[in-house]
Amino acid sequence: MIAIVKYNAGNVKSVQNAITRLGYESIITDDPEELMNADKVIFPGVGEASTAMQYLKERNLDQLIPQLKNPVLGICLGMQLLCAHSEEGDTNCLGIFDNKVKRFPATDIVPQMGWNNFTALNSPIFNGLKVEDDVYFVHSFYADINENTIAQSEYILPFSAALQKDNFYATQFHPEKSASVGNTILKNFLEL
Amino acid sequence: MLKKRIIPCLDIQDGRTVKGVNFLDIRDAGDPIELAQRYVKEGADELVFLDITATVEKRKTLVELVTKIAKEINIPFTVGGGISSVDDVAALVQAGADKVSINSAAVKNPDLISAIAKRFGSQCLVVAIDTKFEDNDWWVYTHGGRNKTDLKTVAWAQEIERLGGGEILLTSMNSDGTKDGFSLDITKKVSEAISLPVIASGGAGSEKHFKEVFEQTKATGGLAASIFHFNEIPIPVLKDYLSRNNISVRK
Repeated sequence: MIAIVKYNAGNVKSVQNAITRLGYESIITDDPEELMNADKVIFPGVGEASTAMQYLKERNLDQLIPQLKNPVLGICLGMQLLCAHSEEGDTNCLGIFDNKVKRFPATDIVPQMGWNNFTALNSPIFNGLKVEDDVYFVHSFYADINENTIAQSEYILPFSAALQKDNFYATQFHPEKSASVGNTILKNFLEL
Repeated sequence: MLKKRIIPCLDIQDGRTVKGVNFLDIRDAGDPIELAQRYVKEGADELVFLDITATVEKRKTLVELVTKIAKEINIPFTVGGGISSVDDVAALVQAGADKVSINSAAVKNPDLISAIAKRFGSQCLVVAIDTKFEDNDWWVYTHGGRNKTDLKTVAWAQEIERLGGGEILLTSMNSDGTKDGFSLDITKKVSEAISLPVIASGGAGSEKHFKEVFEQTKATGGLAASIFHFNEIPIPVLKDYLSRNNISVRK
């Protein structure tokens, strides 16, 4: 069973639809038992960082998520919340990754919205992909690059397209909206 | 590198795709989900579904359709047409729409922009502007181009950005249906006046028109309907052409 963390994020349903298309059963839940016992946990996210952290705190999910031992995939805001700190609302996040989340400098259109490619495909979740494959991004904030970076992309400046540390995986882009490339990534994660 | 987006638009009436009014008449052009799946396969970057049913009792049909689309389609899609409240948006987002598009309701009640952005995030909100050049300026029109307002297009786009809109879908009424190309002048003005993504719409009739709009304006997306429905320009052919002309597109 795949557990999708239930919270006030816009893309929870899209993530579940994508998993269903791949032939996996899933539940949307904030129940600690269900999250801890799931084969995989997906932590989606669309929205604003401080509001999302507040929501997690009210349900003690800020304590639970860092303790998960099963493979966890954070998506978009889900990835940023797994980092140490976000400039969005000056928010202390969950701190799995010691990356800092910053706002893109306003030297080009912000948010980055659309399809972009990424390099340094240094993870099993990217098996079968090519460097020129594009994935769908929508974000105004980005995680900086450090030793947790497993894929790097560039918009205005180089940033982390994906992170990994231990059992925690995370993508800034939306695999659930990234056509066949996204399917491959989700499938790789679900088969870990 | 961020790619320019090619966006087919599907007009929906009573749950079916209809062809544009510039053709002989409004005629059934098939199942929107089948058409949408074809576009995904061909490499469309996003889809826009525009409900022209416009009657309240049929709105439920749209939510059901959006639920089905969300189950089948794995690229981002926007739903528009007759949205006038935060509750309308909530129903569509819960059904699985990635973004909603508002037009007349935003002009009538600009606070709706902030209210939607606050609840769902700016990335969820496309504000559509129908614009027409007359009396030496570009004016904003509402209600499917029937009503002229006293808003000037560039100023309205800036106001949308200030209020928290996430993206502008700019349709030139002067070009729409002509197949003579996008209105480069207003697309350039709007896309340079704001720092939101702008989707150019209205007038695309050839591959060259997309090249022009991407080269001469800061638009990051190009939208068209009938040329894609009837395969006058297959999306792979268009993307090939743009790529050969050094415009970065997803393959």
